[in-house]
Order: sequence, then C-alpha cells, then structure tokens
Amino acid sequence: MKREDLEKLQEERLKKLVKYVYDRVPFYKKKFDQAGVKPEDIKSLEDISKLPFTTKDDLRDNYPYGLFAVPMKEIIRIHASSGTTGKMTVVGYTRPDIETWADLIARSITMVGGTREDIIHNAYGYGLFTGGLGIHFGAEKLGATVIPVSGGNSQRQIKIMQDFGATILTCTPSYALNLAETAKEMGVDLKKMKLKAGIFGAEPWSDNMRRDIEKLYGIDAVDIYGLSEIMGPGVACECLEKNGLHIFEDHFIPEIIDTKTGKAVPDGEKGELVFTTITKEGIPLIRYRTKDITRIIPGDCACGRTLKKIERLSGRTDDMLIIRGVNVFPSEIEMVIMRVEGVEPHYQIIVTRPEHGMDELEVQVEVNEQMFSDEIKAMESLEKKIAHEIYSVLGINVKVTLVEPKTIARSEGKAKRIIDKRKI
Amino acid sequence: MKVTQLSVFVENKKGRLAEAVEAMAKAKINIRALSLADTADFGVLRVIVDSPDKAAKAMKDQGMVVKTTDVIAVEVEDKPGGLNNVLKIFKDTDINIEYMYAFVEKNNENAVLVFRVENTDEAIKTLTKKGLKILKAEEVYNI
Repeated sequence: MKREDLEKLQEERLKKLVKYVYDRVPFYKKKFDQAGVKPEDIKSLEDISKLPFTTKDDLRDNYPYGLFAVPMKEIIRIHASSGTTGKMTVVGYTRPDIETWADLIARSITMVGGTREDIIHNAYGYGLFTGGLGIHFGAEKLGATVIPVSGGNSQRQIKIMQDFGATILTCTPSYALNLAETAKEMGVDLKKMKLKAGIFGAEPWSDNMRRDIEKLYGIDAVDIYGLSEIMGPGVACECLEKNGLHIFEDHFIPEIIDTKTGKAVPDGEKGELVFTTITKEGIPLIRYRTKDITRIIPGDCACGRTLKKIERLSGRTDDMLIIRGVNVFPSEIEMVIMRVEGVEPHYQIIVTRPEHGMDELEVQVEVNEQMFSDEIKAMESLEKKIAHEIYSVLGINVKVTLVEPKTIARSEGKAKRIIDKRKI
Repeated sequence: MKVTQLSVFVENKKGRLAEAVEAMAKAKINIRALSLADTADFGVLRVIVDSPDKAAKAMKDQGMVVKTTDVIAVEVEDKPGGLNNVLKIFKDTDINIEYMYAFVEKNNENAVLVFRVENTDEAIKTLTKKGLKILKAEEVYNI
C-alpha cells in the first residue's frame, strides 16, 4: 500500500473512531469535553495531538468493563493482564475484533514466509494471557495447522515438535532457549527438524538471543510485539530483514512522545510509544500510553513494506517487569507481602536469566520481629506462603528468601526494589 | 522454672554468625549453651546466656532480629541411657519436642538438656510429676 493511501485510510478510520468513542463511551465523552475537543475537530491525522491520552490507570479506574464501547452481548472474548495494584487490566473483543486480530497474526506469520502448508507449534500459554489464543486464531485464519501445545513440559514439547513435523515455532524467546536446552539434554538435534522459522515475543530480548536461537534451531527468528490493551501480539512484527518491527498502521496509529511533555518527538528519536486503535470495536483506546520506550526507524525497509518500523523495545517508563511473558509490577508483590506480614515490608526483587534458561525471580524479604520464629519450620513455611500468594496473584513461581534486616540497600530513604541482572 | 532462650535470625552468609557472637562478646555476655539450626538460605542461632536481657539488647542494637523463647532445662544423669530415660517420659506423656540441644558444662556431675516444647508450663508440671529435675532459670544462667 502506498504511504499516501495508507494515511488517507488512517485519517478516515480515525475520524470515525473518535465519533464512535465519543458517542458510546461516557469516559471518553467526559475526557474530550474536559479537553475541549469535539469529534468534528479531528479533521486530519495531525489533529490526533488534540486528543487526550489514555493510561493504564484509566483502565483500572473503570475496572472491569467501564471502557467497553459495546454491550456485553457483542463481546465474545475477554483477556486480561496484571495491573499495578491488584486489579487486572481487562479487555473485550467483538467478533470483528477477533477477526482483525487473527488477520494481523496471519499477516505476521506470512512475514516469516508462513503459508497454509505450515505446521505451527504454539507454545505460548493459553488462557487470559493473549499469546496462546492470539497466535492460535491467526494461524487457523491463515489455514496453517496449529498444534495448541501451550506452555510447560519441555520434554514432551520436543517430542511433539519432532514427531508432528512442526515448521514454525511460536513462544517467548526465553522459552525457545529453554526448549533448546532440553533438546540438547535429550540428544535431539533441533537443526534436523523441519522447523524453518520462529515468531517470538511477549518479553524483551536481544539480538544476541536471536543469534543463539537461530543457531541452535537453524531457523529465522523474528520479534512480535503487542499488548493486550491494544490487541495482543500482532500490533507489530518483524519482517525477515530483522531490523525493526512493522506496525500494522491500518489498525493502529503509533506516536512516539516525550514522556514528560507529552509532545510528539520526530521520527528516529526515542520516547514513549503511544497507540490509537482505529478499527477496534470492543475497547477502542485513544492515545494509549504503553510505557514502552522505542523509536521509529526512519527510512524505507528493504522488504518493500511501507508500514513504519519501531526499534525493538529498549525499556519502560515505569518499573514493570516482564517475566516469562507475564507483566509483573513490584507494587503487586509488595501488596502480597504486606498482606502476609501485616506490615510494610522491606523487600527486593532480583531478576536473573540463566544462560539458555527462563527468567528467574527472587524476592528477598527482610525479616522483622513479628515474622521471626525460633522454629525453622515456621520460617520455611512463611517463605512458602509468600511464594504461594505471589503465585496465586501473578501466576508465576518465585523464590522467596528471608534476609537480615537492613541488608537491602536503601537509596534516598526508599529501597531499591528491583535488581535486573538479565543481559537483554 | 522456665528458661529464657534467645533466638537470632542469621543469614547463611560469611561472617553473619560471627557478628552476633561478637555483639555478645562486647557486652561481656557469657554463652552457656547454643545450637544452630540451618537451611540453605538462613539459620536460627539459639543461645542461653548468663544475662538474656543485656544480650538481646546488644544484638538488637546491631540491627539483628532477636526473639526470646521459653525453654525447659532438664538435668540428666551423665551415663549411658540417661537421655533415653528422659525421652521415654516425653513420649509416654505425649509431649512433642520442637527441638533440643545440650549444655557443654555439667551441673553437679549431671548433663543438662534444653527442650523447646509447645506448651512449656504444662510440660514442666508433667515432667516434674514424673520425677525429672527441672532447673530454675538462675541455676541455668550460672552453670
């Protein structure tokens, strides 16, 4: 598609969407009125800067369905991710939304050369997390064969991949490395399998990891980006040039803004990624602040696509961690410890990524007099209880370690909560 | 009849135990008995000292987590089968031992054992009735 035609399409869709949310979502009507902007004021793509931002807090404040633009009978699926304060971020999809999403995933698979001939081993988790079902519906839409294996049980995964003749692998990049390690232990040579490509996402990864994965599997490995608020995976995906992710701009308008001023920065400069969904029906979002930091890569892509590219993500504007594809906010961990302990805890979160392994999260908690017992079994069960509570809130396994008081470094009175030792 | 034991949280790291012991040494505390329970990450140091309040303060001043626990000190004949006879009484009277350790020094030629049980008062009554010699706190601190 010519850039000119694309922008015309975006403009039409944006105008329509602005009116759609103004008429249907009381939250947006109020927000537009407060900002003194009417749907008629949006005449061109540039006018998008007149619109107010939407944040994760807005989703939380309107939990669970407050920002939905359609009655529940139109919603055919719910997905959710973790929020900052125990309330999940909930999104709903209409049937056309699910169709659009499937189209975008089908497009992403096509970008690595996938066709209906392919057999896709989908090891993203199935459930509230958008990864599993997102890829699943897209692969079916393409007409490919899906193996809905979901996560876990690595030995079985290797056997299935081998016996079922999978040609494309989809999972988090760290799980791909974990599977490679398992294959090695089993004496299986991944390069001899039929695999030709892998689409990896849901967590940050580096070009070093890409090289490792490509070497171990003998495949092309590309990055896919998305977030449940906007759609799920398939908001942007790399082509085989492997130097940036094409944003599917016919459905999402990207902006890169200066986090402090909220003003757009020129292409090529880093800033916070902001999206406006221009075709979504269930929960359309205006200028949603992703808190992901990246930049638009200027210039044309050798693959011939005219869609803008973003650089692979280089960080966050908040303290959210992505562990094995799960969004983790330190505030949630803090709440859990506080609930178990009944006091404000001093804690520290240490993230490590062993070579060829999955991210590991250790939560160190300073012992205080209330929680201390002279009995080892009481202390051990306390560690287990905290770990279990964190698991039940976040859905990830963590190692809890009790440490002596005042051993966790405090910077300017506030503890340094996160030590991220991953080399991403 | 109850004896005060100090329990101290120590991380399983180089120098941590020394730090606790040093704090007591500086406060001129004499350690009468001790035991160390450990896991992969941390341990619990349990000590009986001549001056529990002073020792607790000395360690707390160093930022350590210290807790006082009531334990029972039982005098046991220092000969083969001595401990066995005592434990039999615990078993027969359904007293569950959380943990136990021994004094290094003897009291009147007898060995001294420290027991941590669930219900200390009840256990003292029962054990006394069975004829065991339970030591008073002052006796223990000055062994």
